[in-house]
Amino acid sequence: CCGLLAALSLHITFSLSLSLSLSLSLSLSLSLSLSLAFCSQDIRNTVGNIPMEWYKDYPHIGYDLDGKKIFKPIRNKDELDEFLDKMENPDYWRTIHDKMTGTDVCLSDEQVDLVHRLQQGKFGDVNFNEYEPAIDFFSNEVMIHPVTNRPADKRSFIPSLIEKEKVGKLVHAIKMGWIKPRRPKETAPQYYDLWAKEDPNAILGRHKMHIPAPKMRLPGHEESYNPPPEYLLTDEERQVWEQQDPDERKLSFLPQKYLSLRAVPAFSRFIQERFERCLDLYLCPRQRKMRVNVNPEDLIPKLPRPRDLQPFPTLQSLVYHGHSSLIRSISISPSGQWLVSGSDDCTVRFWEVCTTRCLKTMEVGGPVKSVAWNPAPSISLVAVSYGENVILVNPGLGDRLICSATDQLISSYEEPEEVKDQQVQWAVPEGKAQEQGQRLILTHPKAVKQVSWHGRGDYLACVMPDDGSSLQVVIHQVSRRRTQNPFHRNKGAVQCVSFHPSRPYFLVATQRYVRVYNLIKQELTKKLMANCKWISSMAVHPGGDNVICGSYDCRLAWFDLDLSTKPYKVLRHHKKALRGVAYHKHYPLFASGSDDGTVIVCHGMVYNDLLQNPLIVPVKVLKGHIITHDLGVLDVAFHPTQPWVFSSGADGTVRLFT
Amino acid sequence: MGGLQKKKYESGSATNYISRNKARKKLSLSLADFRRLCILKGIYPHEPKHKKKVNKGSTAQRTFYLLKDIRFLMHEPIVGKFREYKIFVRKLRKAYGKAEWGTAEKLRGNKPGYKLDHIIKERYPTFIDALRDVDDALSMCFLFSTFPRTGKCHVQTIELCRRLSVEWMNYIITLRSLRKVFLSIKGIYYQAEVLGQIITWLVPYQFAHDHPTDVDYRVMATFTELYTTLLGFINFRLYQTLNLVYPPKLDGKGEEESRAESEEDYAMDSERYMEKLSALSASLVRVVSTAEAEEAELDHFPAEGEDGEKLAERLKARQDQDRQEKLFEGLKFFLNREVPRESLAFVLRCFGAQVSWDKSLCIGSTYDVTDETITHHVVDRPSLEKQYINRYYVQPQWVYDCVNARMLLPVEDYFVGVTLPPHLSPFVEEKEGDYVPPEKLKLLALQKGERPEQEEEEEEEDNDDSEEEEDEDQSDDEDELKGMEEKQALGKASSVKVTPGEAKPVNRQRAEQEAKAEEKRLAVMMMKKRDKYLYDKIMFGKKRSVREANKMSAKRKALDEASKANKKKKLKK
Repeated sequence: CCGLLAALSLHITFSLSLSLSLSLSLSLSLSLSLSLAFCSQDIRNTVGNIPMEWYKDYPHIGYDLDGKKIFKPIRNKDELDEFLDKMENPDYWRTIHDKMTGTDVCLSDEQVDLVHRLQQGKFGDVNFNEYEPAIDFFSNEVMIHPVTNRPADKRSFIPSLIEKEKVGKLVHAIKMGWIKPRRPKETAPQYYDLWAKEDPNAILGRHKMHIPAPKMRLPGHEESYNPPPEYLLTDEERQVWEQQDPDERKLSFLPQKYLSLRAVPAFSRFIQERFERCLDLYLCPRQRKMRVNVNPEDLIPKLPRPRDLQPFPTLQSLVYHGHSSLIRSISISPSGQWLVSGSDDCTVRFWEVCTTRCLKTMEVGGPVKSVAWNPAPSISLVAVSYGENVILVNPGLGDRLICSATDQLISSYEEPEEVKDQQVQWAVPEGKAQEQGQRLILTHPKAVKQVSWHGRGDYLACVMPDDGSSLQVVIHQVSRRRTQNPFHRNKGAVQCVSFHPSRPYFLVATQRYVRVYNLIKQELTKKLMANCKWISSMAVHPGGDNVICGSYDCRLAWFDLDLSTKPYKVLRHHKKALRGVAYHKHYPLFASGSDDGTVIVCHGMVYNDLLQNPLIVPVKVLKGHIITHDLGVLDVAFHPTQPWVFSSGADGTVRLFT
Repeated sequence: MGGLQKKKYESGSATNYISRNKARKKLSLSLADFRRLCILKGIYPHEPKHKKKVNKGSTAQRTFYLLKDIRFLMHEPIVGKFREYKIFVRKLRKAYGKAEWGTAEKLRGNKPGYKLDHIIKERYPTFIDALRDVDDALSMCFLFSTFPRTGKCHVQTIELCRRLSVEWMNYIITLRSLRKVFLSIKGIYYQAEVLGQIITWLVPYQFAHDHPTDVDYRVMATFTELYTTLLGFINFRLYQTLNLVYPPKLDGKGEEESRAESEEDYAMDSERYMEKLSALSASLVRVVSTAEAEEAELDHFPAEGEDGEKLAERLKARQDQDRQEKLFEGLKFFLNREVPRESLAFVLRCFGAQVSWDKSLCIGSTYDVTDETITHHVVDRPSLEKQYINRYYVQPQWVYDCVNARMLLPVEDYFVGVTLPPHLSPFVEEKEGDYVPPEKLKLLALQKGERPEQEEEEEEEDNDDSEEEEDEDQSDDEDELKGMEEKQALGKASSVKVTPGEAKPVNRQRAEQEAKAEEKRLAVMMMKKRDKYLYDKIMFGKKRSVREANKMSAKRKALDEASKANKKKKLKK
């Protein structure tokens, strides 16, 4: 009975803790019913202490003493009935449902009292006195009347062998150090002044080499709980942010705005971020990185100021209108008074430089590729190349004496006795052409791209670019109407040629190299490597020691012939392909024209002292030409005496910059 | 040739580095122990310059340590302790397996432990070194002190972290060295200046954490172990420098008062001490009485190589700082129950304010809501039923903004129910060309002592005017155009005329500037290729920052206009 009661008390204390009157839980009902049954010796259900759910699906809930089924009462109490019962029945609080029998049992006063007592942790029996004085039967005091009269055992007189053995083992273990005595508790304080004696010797090399971890980045405005509105991401920015890889994101979080501090939630990635910091601290290799802290202004080279290098052309002053198509080539008379231009509209025009007047227009039978004014001041001749022809024109401008002298020079030619078979036909035009000023027509086997005069004005070189052909360059002698082919074999396609101004040298530019030939010795003197893909133009310094090459890959290479076969300087000033380069005869200037529509004038001072390198300073970017069909400036030429530069462009104009 | 044949990878960089696995084997430690050792000793991997050489020709991905570092680890006594602990665990397991409870009990009594004091001393030979590295330690301790007492780590650790962080806060309060506070979405950043070191730490908002699964708490625990030791020693030393008693004790008067107050038991005695301390409302006991410790007026000597100007600057900075330290002196604050009490109490006390809260909210409240002398009442709810006349009701952001601005800001913008002005980060120092939000500009003006004008209305009026003008202009243009059209319609070709030319005014300054710009452009053309690359890179970075700044200001402008339009609409309605 006691055991059962204990079980009961446990259950009751467990489940009655809410309130007895409100609901007596099912487990209570089970055990109470048991106790009730036990007390009255009335076991109505014989199934025993099993979970009653097992009978959930059956119509009965067990068997009585006779083995008959106990059927479940027909329960039709719904919640409303329950509620009404609760409200109306005064004994509702002491009514409990007995699961074993399926009936409601109303507890009597004594039973309720018992429950209360058990709840308070008291004994169930009211009359039980738990504070009865204890009677010590077996005490250390020897009594007059012993409880038992049994004589003492022998083992109570002699020491125990087993114990001795055990103690011996322990002693041995302690001796051997197998068992360690309990360590005394540490009494020293956990923290003390660790750095009381700061020892300068303690700073080892390690500490000097040690790289402290960088501190955490300090937060910016965007991390605020209430940032200025411009720091919040717009919808598009947010989408971009979401689609980005977490490593690529510029911000590791989405900026957010909360109206008050109260509304700010916990940051969900707080622990992760701290953990990542920990990982960084012990897993990341550390390295001292030298930060390049350069003022960009210091990187700009210190050049002499352009103002100190004057004179050079600075302004566009004159424009020569007239051509209807792009002007491939221009040339200036040695006196500097006239200008000739050849255009794709199959005309050659002669202009007066100072007035921009077109004095003469000459139609030829094809787009003009190149024009060149004879550099000798005593001859007034212009070489014009179109198609396969080169014509020599006497423009009839300027000093009449010179013109007539030139005519005379040409007409005074006497046919030699033995006529050689020449690859180039020399013919004298007649009729209208003669009136226009054409004096000689040279018909070549191939299209002529460039013509170039020798400084004396007697020799004329023509270029017929054709890769690998033996006939790419021919040199004509005008006075003797003779043509010679200086090279048996040409390597690569010749782009342009030029005579050396003072020495008997002949410069031939192929796609990548410039070859310098000695015409007297008939040998190759030098081969200049331009370091560019495709040379477009070339000019020789009047001093004769320097050469510039323009190329289609936007570079301008300056060669010092005495120094090396590699460029002394490569300038990448232009944005697009270079079309023409030119030196000034007297002033230390050179100019380059490019497809980006600009002419860049540079100061290129060559010193007589061989030890001093040439000084190259860009001094002016001249703009003016309009870019048409992706072509800008096609040719540049300097005035022979003034610091003026002419440029011809694809927009059909020649411009003079002074 | 004679001499021994040279073998590959037997000299040079290959012998200076050791891979992680080899290092682990050399120390005969498990990976977990090796990791722990590296964390405690502050050893980190190195990236060799020639990885392939170091890796003996292989290109496999490996972590390398300096061999010197690993040799240094071999002398560490803690390695022995790790092994001892491993043995202890094995023995204990065996005892449990054999159900030898006595042995197990004995083993437990002699559980091997280790101390990190010598490691701290070794890693930070001087106190300043330690103080320099305390940022992470503080952030970690503050995080751990907010963990729940179940699961993830030992309760003792959490309690220790809490104790150390409270000690730290009390120290900062006593020293009054807090400089900046920032409410971010991650937590609250504090910045203090201790012995000339700038120390920043981050405290999470007081919420339950949902513990992430992708975090290795063992690593965190090892770090915490190190950090608690470090912070404990630092605290001790700092308390000593201020002549405070360590472990901290509350001022005697406060102690008795509190005991008298909380007659009904608030907490156990041992707990109450900690709670009182963490309430941050009472001052601490000093070893020397305060009167003696009062600072004497310091003389100022110019440092070496410092001229008068710099000295004056330094003096001014010093004065500013002093003024900031006394920012809230004489003010009496009351915290409503919905505001973050600890943070506010900490910040307010750091600047000399008196602070209290509801008695039921936390231990340590010193006065009641009804106190007539309260000057500011910090509230974070949309409206308040009962308001006293003689105090300001402000939102908590006011306190933080005042601290960052180093002055008392006008309270009007922070009244209850008012839309708050943006909270700016005090850590951002805008360089030239960076984007500066207009609020910051306003603040800078305020700091200089300029009064904010009644801008908005005027601005609006101005805008109206200008708009009208624009309209007029447009109409003028249209008139002209119409005239022209009419003329054309009439068929009168505009006659060619020669008009006397006008001398163009030459803007000399502009011409000069242009000339200079062109000069520079030309010089840039002559740069060497390598310099040009660097120059372009720098210029690209500069341009990008300018672009970003422009973008921000454009965004702000658009937003301002939109809000203005909204306002107007509302007014019209």
